[in-house]
Order: sequence, then C-alpha cells, then structure tokens
Amino acid sequence: MLNYIIRRVLWAIPVLLVISLVTFFLGHAIPGGPFDKEKPVPAEIKANLESYYGLDDPLWKQYTDYLANVLHGDFGPSYSSRSRTVNDIIGEHFPVSAVLGILAVLVAMVVGIPLGMISALKQNTYIDYICMFFALLGVSVPAMTLGPVLVWFFALKLHILPVARWGTWQQAILPAFTLGIGSAALLARLTRASMLQVIREDYIRTARAKGVSEQNVTVHHALKNALIPVVTVIGPLFAALVTGSLIVEQIFAIPGCGKYFVTSVTNRDYPVVLGIMLLYALLIIIANLLVDITYSWIDPRIRYS
Amino acid sequence: MCAQLKEKNNATNHVDIPERPETNLWKDAFRRLCKNKMSVLGLIIILILTFISIFAPFIAPYHYADGSFMHNYEKPGERYLLGADFMGRDVLSRIIYGTRISLAVGIIGALTSFVIGVLYGLISGYYGGKVDNIMMRIVDIMYGFPTLLLIILMMVLFKSTFAVTTPGTFVGTLSDIDKAFGGLFFIFIGIGITAWIGMARMARGMALSLREKEFVEAARATGNSNFQIMIKHMLPNLIGPCIVAVTLRIPRYITFEAFLSFIGLGVNPPTPSWGMMISEGYKAIRSNPHLALYPGLALAITMLAFNFLGDGLRDALDPRMK
Repeated sequence: MLNYIIRRVLWAIPVLLVISLVTFFLGHAIPGGPFDKEKPVPAEIKANLESYYGLDDPLWKQYTDYLANVLHGDFGPSYSSRSRTVNDIIGEHFPVSAVLGILAVLVAMVVGIPLGMISALKQNTYIDYICMFFALLGVSVPAMTLGPVLVWFFALKLHILPVARWGTWQQAILPAFTLGIGSAALLARLTRASMLQVIREDYIRTARAKGVSEQNVTVHHALKNALIPVVTVIGPLFAALVTGSLIVEQIFAIPGCGKYFVTSVTNRDYPVVLGIMLLYALLIIIANLLVDITYSWIDPRIRYS
Repeated sequence: MCAQLKEKNNATNHVDIPERPETNLWKDAFRRLCKNKMSVLGLIIILILTFISIFAPFIAPYHYADGSFMHNYEKPGERYLLGADFMGRDVLSRIIYGTRISLAVGIIGALTSFVIGVLYGLISGYYGGKVDNIMMRIVDIMYGFPTLLLIILMMVLFKSTFAVTTPGTFVGTLSDIDKAFGGLFFIFIGIGITAWIGMARMARGMALSLREKEFVEAARATGNSNFQIMIKHMLPNLIGPCIVAVTLRIPRYITFEAFLSFIGLGVNPPTPSWGMMISEGYKAIRSNPHLALYPGLALAITMLAFNFLGDGLRDALDPRMK
C-alpha cells in the first residue's frame, strides 16, 4: 500500500515537469513580450529591463533558472505588477478561488446527496422522476446561462442579493450556487445509483429480517456503504471546481486565480501564468492521488493490482 | 441407431417455429432508445437544431451582422422578435446563426476525440506491455493538465501568431482557413488536442479486458492480422460505451467554446456565438435582460438535448438493462 502511494507520488514529478515545460514554451511562443503594452521605451532601457528579468538569456537557460527557483519555492517576479512577486499574487488570489470551491462543494453535497438518497428510496415514484429531472437540468444548464439568470432574478428583480464581487457572505451565495449546482446534480445521480445498488444487497435484507427499523436500515446500514463512491468523487470534484471556477469568476467579477490567469495570459505575464498553471496541475494531481489512495484503502482488491 | 435418431429429428423438424425478424445490437438499441421519451425528445431537438443551422440564411429574419443604430437596444417586439443588441442586430437571427457555431464545435470535438482517442486506446490496450506503458504515460501526463487553462493559452497563441500573416505561406494558409470558418478553426484544434484523452483511457481499459476474450483468440487462430482483429473484432464491441461517452461529452465542448467566446478568445466578431452574446448582453442585464437570457436559454436547451440523448443511449446500449 505504501509502495503504491510512493509510486504514485513519484509519478507526479515528471508530470509536473512536462506541464511546466509545455506551459513555458507555449507562453514564450506567444508573440510579444511583457513590456509591449506600456508606453514605448527607448531601446536601451528595454534591453536593460529584459536583462534585469533575464529575458535575454537563451530560452533553455531561462527555463532551467526558473526550475531552480521553483524548487526553492520562489515563483519569480510578476512582470505586470512590479512590486509583487508571483508568490504574493497567488497567495492573494488563490484563497478566494479555494473558498469559492469549498462553498461550491458544500452546496453540491448538501443539495445533491439528500436528493439522490430520496430518489433511490422512492424509486420510480413521482418524487424520483422529479428529482432526477432536476438533476438532469442541473447537469445540463451551464454556468454561463445559470449565472446571468440568477443575477437577473435575485439581484435585479428581487433585490435580495448583491450582483457581483466578493467579500460579504451575501456576495458568496450566488457564485457558490452557480458553480455548485452542476456538481450537486452529478452527486445526486451518483448517490441514487449507488444507493439503488446497496439497497439490493443481502446484508440489507438480513438487517430487515432481524427486525431493524426501516430508518435504522437506511441510515446505519445502507447510507454508509452507498456513500463510498460518492466520497471518493469529492476530491477530484473539489479540484475540478477550483480549476473550473474561471467561468463563475468572470461572471461575478470575483478576484480569484482563474480571472487573473486570463488577464496574465493577455499581458504576457509569464511567471504568473506558469505559477497558476503549475498550482492547478498540482491540485488536480493531489486530488486524483487522494482518490486512488482512498479507493485502494477502502477496496483491498485494488491494492495489489 | 443413427437412422432412428435422424427419423426422430425429421419428425420434430415439422414443428412450426415462429419466424422472428433478424435483429442486431443497433436495431435493438434503437428500438429501446425510441421507447425512452426523454431521449427521443433530445434527438428531435438536435435534429431541429441541425436543420436550423443548415438553413440559417433562410430561417433568420435578418443577417447576423445587419445592425442599425436607430434600433439598438430595442425591446422584443414586432420588428425584432427577441429584441436587438447594442448594435441593433437582431437577437433571434444571431441565435439562429450561433447554432452553427455551437453544433460545429460539438460535432468536430466529438469526432476528433472519438477517432483519435478510441484508436489510441485500442492500440494501446491491444498491444499491452511496453507499448501500452509508454502510451499511457503520455496520456497520464496530459491528464494532469488543467484543460481550460491549456486551451486558453493555446487560443491566445493561435490568435496572436496568426493575426497578421502574409498570404501564401503555411501560416498564411492556416489563417485563411481560420477566417473561412469564422474563427473556428483554431478552436477546433484547441479542443481536439485536449478532448481525446478521456476517450483514450476508456477505450484502453475496455481493450485490455476484451483482449483476453476467446473471440480474439479465435480470430487470431483463423489468421487475422493484428489490425484486422482490432478493427473488425474488438472495435464493434467497444463502440457502444464510446458513443455514449462521446455524446455526453459534447455539452462540455460546447461550453468550452461558449466560454472562450465569453472572454473574447473565441470566434471573431461579427460571427455570432452564444457565449459572446451572453458576455455582451451581460453588461446590459439590468435594463435589457433579454440580451443575455435568450442566448443562455439556447445554450441550455442544446446541452439538455445532448444530455438527454446521451442518457438514453447509455440505457439503450447497456446489455444489463434488457
């Protein structure tokens, strides 16, 4: 088991290396440099700027220097905001994305799991059909449709929630909901499928035969086992929500990493682009690793594959 | 003794066994699909959308770039059925033309991911061993990429590299193709590069399990080459779940394109894309909600249709649910 974990962790290193390589060269392939957008400076000053930031070194040298710095935890300076380093920027914006992601996952769990359970327990009744229809709607309606609709309805028509931005808890409701509802639908369908399978197991029949009340059967016996596949999905779901919050951040003008990524790419701010890319990749890798570890811990058959 | 058995056999052969019409997996699946009302609805919506996108110039009341500043921000009424945007262009016509973009992206994304991904996974799973190892390592590495970020990076690269080009060179021809598509060509490439990974993994897993089955051994014994075994024998068995997966992925590609247009990295204006319409309309949502809500509705209906169809296909092709 430890062997498995170590193998997976070691595998993450080449993945991150390749990602950094590809991002670095893609970024530098984009024509234009970081200093093009400002007022035109005389050639000597531009040359000075470039040598200060090391931009006149050959590409491979820039790359190896960057890697060496990253290993020390230094992601480099930001080209667009002179006084801040990438560490500062990411440290300022990433918590926002992370909080948004956490809230969205909470919404997904609180809305999705009970919905799925009720659907499964009342299979093929009207409640089941209605819940699954809403689940299908939730999966299909994209954030780009849902966001403006919610803003228009709750903020502009009813005036009970603020329109955009981030800071107070009221401002967090609409974005978290927009981001989370798709995942809520996913979790609902997953919980329902899993619960349907568990309810048919023999040990549930035994529990009922022994006289356990239906509520106890559901909560103590069925639910715990039905939630296993759901729990293993939560890790990658969180990673997907944080990295996918780009869209919601644009709609609600939330100062998170996603929105900053888009502006940095347009400004050719290579270190920030690289930093965010690597961070998100690390998040995805860790989440996938956690899922595999949890799976192999819960199901011993996978450990030895 | 044999003669007696033969006689018995002949006697029983006169029994009338009712004739059943010949059927195969696809006819069976189609029949079950038709019983599922939601997926039939999805299929009908997709067919209607395809019809609309092909015959857009005949259906749309106005051309998508026809703007008139006398009528900008007009509310929905008799002149402009769904209203007019900030340049006086008819929203309904733009939504109709936008269907072309979204469907094109969905179909091309599906085709690329299907062809490249399934073939890759099939080859990798069939050969196993070292080949499989290397191919899957590549897939694992690409799997770690945050997809949306990579697509954004690529789109900025494409747009800025191919912005100013001299005709006649390779770069120039690509840029011309792109303009012919209305800015879609690079989106196709961008989505194609990231789409095949999930399909490859799935196809490889299935190929690995199919490889051990007896029919593969039988095919090998009767002299089929590796290529023939993969395409004639294993592929038809894989194709069911792959089609389901591809259909269920199409909404994601449509969202990607809509988002790229939303942040301005997608199609070139004035070609209408629902994402771009939402982004422009969102700025005026307080006074003119129809500008952002109607394209959003169109987007939602399209994605719903594909999800319905994909769900129905999955239930129809699943042998356990017969």
